[in-house]
Parts: sequence; C-alpha cells; structure tokens
Amino acid sequence: MPSASPLPRRAAIVGANRIPFARSNGAYARASNQDMLTSALDGLVARFGLAGERLGEVVSGAVLKHSRDFNLTREAVLGSRLSAATPTYDLQQACGTSLQTTLQVANKIALGQIESGVASGVDTTSDAPIEVNDDLRRVLLAANRAKSTAGVLKALGGLRPGQIVPEIPANREPRTGMAMGEHAAQTAAAWGISRTAQDEITVASHRHLAEAYDRGFFDDLMTPYLGLTKDNNLRADSTLEGLAKLKPVFRPKGYPDSEATMTAANSTPLTDGAATVLLASDEWAAERNLPVLAHFVDAETAAVDYVHGDEGLLMAPTYAVPRLLERQGLTLQDFDFYEFHEAFASTILATFAAWEDPKFCKERLGLDGPLGTFDKSKLNVAGSSLATGHPFAATGARIVPTLAKLLAEKSAQEGSDTVRGLISICAAGGQGVVAILEA
Amino acid sequence: MSNDWYSDFVNSGVGRSIAGTVGLPPVPRLRRYEPGQPLLSGAALLGTATADGRVAKVVRSLLTDVGVEVHDDPHAAIGGGSSTSKVAAGIVDATGLSSPSDLAEVQAFLTPVMRRIGPSGRILVIGDVPGEATSPAVRAARRSLEGLVRSAGKEARYGATVNLLHVADGAENDLESTLRFFLSSRSAFVDGQRLDVGTVPGFSGSSQGVDWDRPLAGRTAVVTGAARGIGATVAKTLRRDGATVICVDVPAAGDALARTANDVGGSALQLDITADHAPATLLDHAGRHGGLDIVVHNAGITRDKLLANQDRDRWNSVIDVNLNAQLAINDALLASDVFHRGGRIVTVSSMAGIAGNRGQTAYGASKAGVIGMVDATAPLLVEKDATINAVAPGFIETAMTAAMPVGTREAGRRLSSMTQGGLPVDVAETIAWFAQGASYAVNGQVLRVDGQNFLGA
Ligand SMILES: NC(=O)c1ccc[n+]([C@@H]2O[C@H](COP(=O)([O-])OP(=O)(O)OC[C@H]3O[C@@H](n4cnc5c(N)ncnc54)[C@H](O)[C@@H]3O)[C@@H](O)[C@H]2O)c1
Repeated sequence: MPSASPLPRRAAIVGANRIPFARSNGAYARASNQDMLTSALDGLVARFGLAGERLGEVVSGAVLKHSRDFNLTREAVLGSRLSAATPTYDLQQACGTSLQTTLQVANKIALGQIESGVASGVDTTSDAPIEVNDDLRRVLLAANRAKSTAGVLKALGGLRPGQIVPEIPANREPRTGMAMGEHAAQTAAAWGISRTAQDEITVASHRHLAEAYDRGFFDDLMTPYLGLTKDNNLRADSTLEGLAKLKPVFRPKGYPDSEATMTAANSTPLTDGAATVLLASDEWAAERNLPVLAHFVDAETAAVDYVHGDEGLLMAPTYAVPRLLERQGLTLQDFDFYEFHEAFASTILATFAAWEDPKFCKERLGLDGPLGTFDKSKLNVAGSSLATGHPFAATGARIVPTLAKLLAEKSAQEGSDTVRGLISICAAGGQGVVAILEA
Repeated sequence: MSNDWYSDFVNSGVGRSIAGTVGLPPVPRLRRYEPGQPLLSGAALLGTATADGRVAKVVRSLLTDVGVEVHDDPHAAIGGGSSTSKVAAGIVDATGLSSPSDLAEVQAFLTPVMRRIGPSGRILVIGDVPGEATSPAVRAARRSLEGLVRSAGKEARYGATVNLLHVADGAENDLESTLRFFLSSRSAFVDGQRLDVGTVPGFSGSSQGVDWDRPLAGRTAVVTGAARGIGATVAKTLRRDGATVICVDVPAAGDALARTANDVGGSALQLDITADHAPATLLDHAGRHGGLDIVVHNAGITRDKLLANQDRDRWNSVIDVNLNAQLAINDALLASDVFHRGGRIVTVSSMAGIAGNRGQTAYGASKAGVIGMVDATAPLLVEKDATINAVAPGFIETAMTAAMPVGTREAGRRLSSMTQGGLPVDVAETIAWFAQGASYAVNGQVLRVDGQNFLGA
C-alpha cells in the first residue's frame, strides 16, 4: 500500500472556544444556530485577540438547519467581531461535520492556500426547523402561483386538517426508516455488547468530564453562554448502580434472543451547542506569539453500506481507522490518547470488538490479522459525548481541541518525544471521519 | 447616570426650582474627559505664597505651553470680563512656607479664587512635604495646608475640586503628568485629597515626547476583574489612552469578559487570580504581547457579614481575592523580565479600607492591607524604574451599588462634597494616570476617588 505523500506543512491547532453544551429545550431553547455560532466565534476572537482580523476562512455547518440559514457561517461571521472580509462556507456531514471542517481548513493551511482559519460546527435541536408536509407544501406553492385572490382561495380551499400537521425532523435514517438508536441496538446485539460494559463507559465519561472541569481543563477552551458555565448534561455523581436502574430502550430488531441494553444514559441526549477551533500555519502563530497545542497529521473518511451491505450504521470508523493507520505506517497501539465520539456507548464497544475479531478484520477490513486492542485508560480521558452531550455538528470541534490540549500537556510533561492521538467520529448515513493529531 | 433619579430630578427644570425652594443639595453635572479636550476650559489664576516658591515656574510654563491664559493677580479681569468673572483654575504655589503666619498669603490668594472658580473648576495647592522639615514651625505650616484643602473641598460648589500636592525637594521638574491629571477633567471625582510626588527616592523617568492624547501608546496592560463594572471601564480607558489590554476575569464571567476584550481589541484570559498557577499563567499569556508594562489589580469581592457572625471561609475568600492574589502576582512580576522596566502596578483599595464600614471587617481588612502592600512594594520597584499606587474609590455607580438598599445608596451618594456617586470612569482615569510612563515620580500613593465622601474624610 502507498504511504502518505507528505504534505508541504502541517496545520497547527492554536486553540479553541466552545459554549457549554445544553440539553435540548433547556438553557438554549431560544437560541438559534446563528446566535450560538456567533457567540462561540466571539469567545474565540477574544481569547486570541483577533477582533477586526481577517482570517483565511471560517468553515462551519449544522445538521438541523433552517432553509434561511443557507449562509449560516457567513451570517455568523458578519455578526461576529472578526473582519467582515473573512470568507466562509458551510459544510454538512451529519455528526462528522466539524471534524470534516477541521480537515478542510487544515488541508488548505497545509497546502499554503490560507494561513489561518476557524473550523467549527453548531446544532440546535430546540430551535429545529419545522417543515410542512409535502401535501401542504404543494397546496401552498399552488396558492403562491395563483394570479388572483379567487385563485389563491381556491387553491387553499383544497386544504384538509390532516395536511396541516408539521414535519419535525427526526433522528431517523431515510432509507431504513429506523431511528439511529434502533440501528445501534442491532449492532450492539450483533456484537454481544453487554449493558454493564455500556454503563461502565458512561460512568467513566461523566467522571472524566467532571475531573476535567475540576482541574480547570476547560478554562481556556470554553466561554459561558446564556447563564451556563458547564455542560448541563454532566452528572458528576453518576454510578453503575444508578445507571443499572434505568429502563432500556431500543429493542434490537431481528435479534429475538438479545435483551435491550441501551438506556437514556448510555445514549447521547439531544443537545444544543457550538464549538470552534483556531487552526493556522506555524508561522502565523509564531508572528502573534500564539501557542501551538498540536498539529493536524492526517484524516480518513469512510462509508459503509448499512442499507443492503449487512454493516452497522455507525461502523464506518471501524473501516476508516485501519486505512489511516496503514497510510501513516502506525498501529492501533501507537497512540497516547484515543478520542472516540460516544454516540452510544455500545457503538464504540462494537468498534473495539470488531477490531479484536480476526474474521471481521480479515473479511471486512482486508487485514492479515486483528487490529487488536489498546490501553483503555487512554480513552476519552477528559470525558466525551455521553457526558458533554452531542450537538451533532459541533462534536468534532469539541473533540479536536480537547485532544490537542491533552497532547500539549503530555508533551510539556515529557519533553521532546512526539505524542499522538486518534479521533474517531461516526455519522448518520453510514459514514465516519477519523483523524490523527500530534504534539 | 440615569439610575440616579435624584440627580436627574434636581437637574430637570422643575426639579431645580423645587430643590432650590426646599433646600435640597444641588447635584452638579461634572465635566468629564473626552479625547482632544483642552486641559482647562478657561483662564487660570496662579499665585505664589512666598518668595521661595519652587513650582510656580513649572506650572506657568505648562499652562502657557498648552495655551491657557494665566494671571498672577487673583482679582485680574479676564478676557475683557470683570475682576469677578469665572476662571477654570486657581493654583497656588505654597512651597517655601517658613511658619504658620505665611499661610495668610495662601488665604489671600484663595479667597477670591473660591468666589471666582467656575463649574468643575480646579483649585490646586502645592506645598512641601511636611516630613522633610525638621523645624516644628515649618512642618506645622506645611501640614496646615492639608486641613485647609480638605475644608475648602467641602465648600467648593458646582463640581469644583480642591486638592493638595506635596512635592518632594528636587522633584519640581517631575510634575507634568500629575499637574495635567489634577487640572484636567480626568480628576472630576477627586476632591479634598492629598498626593505626594517624588517621595520615594531613586525614581527616574521622563515626560519628554509624550503624546498627551495617547499617553499609554505602545504599552501592554493587564486588568483583573475586567468583565464588568469598574474593571471593564478601566480596560476601555487604558485602550483609549493607547494601551493593548489583556482582560482577566473568572471563567464563569467569560462571556462578559469576551465582550470587554473584543470592545477594546484586546485579549481575554479566563483566570481565577487566586489559583496557584495564576501568576505563571498571567505572565505566560502576557508573553504573547511581548511582555507587560501595566498591571491593574482591580478584581475584588465583598462577603459582608457583621464580625459577630463571620466565618473562616467567607473571611478567607475576601482576603484571598482582594489581597493574597495581588501579593502573589506582584512577587512574580518582580521576579520576571516579562514585567518590563518602567512598569506600573496600580491596585484598587477602597474607602472602606481607610474609614471602615459596618459589616465589612473582612473587606476593610483586605483593602487596608492593599495600602500596606503598596507602602512596602513601592521602594522595591525603584530598581526597575517601576511604581505601585492605589486608588481608593468611594461610592461608585456600578451594578454592585445599584443593588444596595435605597437608604444606604442615597447616603452613599449624597454624603460627599460632590453630592453624587462617581462613575467607573472616574476610577479608571485615575488608574490610567498612575499607569503613565510620565507618572514615574508618583510612587507608593493611595488616592481616594470619592468626591470627598464624608466617611473617614
Ligand atoms: N463599586 C464601588 O463603589 C467600589 C468602591 C470601592 C472599591 N471598589 C473596588 O473596585 C473593584 C471593582 O469593583 P466593581 O464595583 O467593579 O465590582 P464588580 O463586582 O462589578 O467587578 C469585580 C470583578 O472582579 C471579578 N473577580 C472576582 N473575583 C475574581 C477572581 N478570583 N479572579 C478574577 N476575577 C475576579 C468579578 O468576576 C467581577 O467581574 C473591586 O476591587 C472593589 O472592591 C468598588
């Protein structure tokens, strides 16, 4: 296999800002994507003294997006303290959005096309767009086309009460009609992931996040918003015994012998929030005496056929990681930190199980042997989505700086040796984005 | 301030006439500084009490340089007007007094000045440092000026201020930034106060080539507690005067902090100044700006409780934020090259630290402690050509004072020579002046910015 053709240079992760994540219909119920993104950008601008500066670009995106937000990022930048001469574009790749925006900005920096940029993502499930159903939409469009008042009335006269029911976006796969949780439940059953193992991941996520807050880890990664100073999904006192009492949801279809194991706690809740990462060339950072936490090394995106191909909806990272490792000449064990987005605790456990399975690794991944396991004490050590919550498009831009800072801390402790971290994010539509950072 | 309904009322047409009839105190609108404003809005009277006066010459040359009409005779007719027309300032050089009898010359000059001083006018008495005199008669005379000034401050009306400068022997030529501050509207709420210049030996610096509209140009400042209140205004004022500002506040105040930082085009540092790593983190962040010239210790808290009901945690939190954190940061500044030669430390004490306040034993202790810190640190900074000074605000209109009970709030405002609360900008202007490079001879000073509040005055 070919190894990576070296990029001209590596993009630096300078720092970040996010707003605390809020459970749906709570603290940010009245905030729009644009409000949250603007605020997160302004916090970043303040942290790095960028008021009035023109950056190479700002790239963001949201999964749940109003049609009027076609230029969401541009509108947020125009409302922010950045120079209005900072270009933007929107990108959307479900839960992979802001790892993908990070990759795009990092690549342009690596190629020398820009010197600095902000990668970000935002989502609200509280201020979600509501659409009219197709019947009503056709009637309204006909009324709009009518030339006379009588024509408008005639068109509207055809309306029936049932047609007025709005369509609220649901977390469902269009091609299977199944909720994401139902897909995940199937995968969990297929890999025999236990309830206890999932609850252990959950408790660890909350405990790690609480510890990170306690040691001030987020002091330079976060800015309060609308009265929230911490992710309000965090349950610092969560215990295995407590979680064991929760009633499971998502019975795995097609696995009559398997119990339901997924609960409201070991699945991520609907969440509102925004996150941003400042990337730059080393030169740009040095000119401003700004720190470099880590460098963006490489990334890989994979997709799986979860519709006909007998693969789990959220299993694409399982495929992306070995391809990335091979290109970089690394093994799964070569990392100091592992940041796996906890869409569901079962998702990451299924991924780990698959990597230990020789048959899966040979037949599906085309490897000679199993990818193996790794030291789980290095997994999500500052908490992850089960504790922080998961505003879909913002999660990548939460994880990148978390890992970058962990690497910077470790590298400062250990001196010159390279430290390395792996990021993995699964996404709706059977996709997955994974990346490597180094410090 | 629009939340000062009383002031709004007595300044409205009908309010003025009612207030006049029933004898309510008038609330003057104070002239405040705006960039480009002339040093004085009219002519100045400049008197000399003795033939040995050392500072009149310096004052005269400053005033004529900036185009102010100066008269020696306090009865002089001004610009075609009469011998009683208003003046913007009256300055008396009272250095060289040899006995209390010489004070009569000061009185002879100031009596007509008190009648002629215009709204927001400036009366400045300049004397020798009492402690430099060994003769009882000389020292008594010098010390008398303070009583004169504090009393005259209570008599002057319409926003006029009366202040006293003590000039150390040999510091006559190190007065420019101080004269400019006390004469300009930057000192709008400083009244009935005394300030010593040149009293910490070994100072050095210069006012050559200062751009007096942007006296902090090229300097980098840190302001703690910058998210809101006085600190936010200090950040804006330092910026207006040309400084790059690093804004510090606790992480929980980060959103307001980000607004301040972006407003001043500076940077935001979310930091609890009581954390062990705070001094190091502060210096590290300052490295981004190539070092530090100015540190403003403004962050402060109150945890009011009667001493009889006080507990250790409350007590310690006040002492930690208001005093220990500043001591730790100062130690780090003194030990580091990040804090540049010629640096300025300005700290915020309080009237409560001078006069005491019911319910504020912890706060009063911390703010008095700040004064002790200033006293002891001033000589240590001389070898870095640096200075440390404190402002002691009185009643300042902020969110904190707006939340007081009406009675306490009204008393806080009215029981002062200015019959009103000060604005955050009044504290900020004083800090900005201490922070100037040209204020190199002002060290170890505590200046009340309180409109001559009667509490402990
Ligand atoms: N307002 C007045 O009338 C008055 C009078 C005398 C003295 N003062 C002093 O002036 C200063 C500013 O007062 P204000 O009225 O603007 O108060 P404020 O409460 O509005 O602002 C103080 C700021 O300091 C910050 N702060 C508190 N603890 C901190 C810590 N550990 N680390 C970092 N930041 C911290 C707070 O978050 C706040 O933003 C204080 O030192 C106060 O004691 C005020």
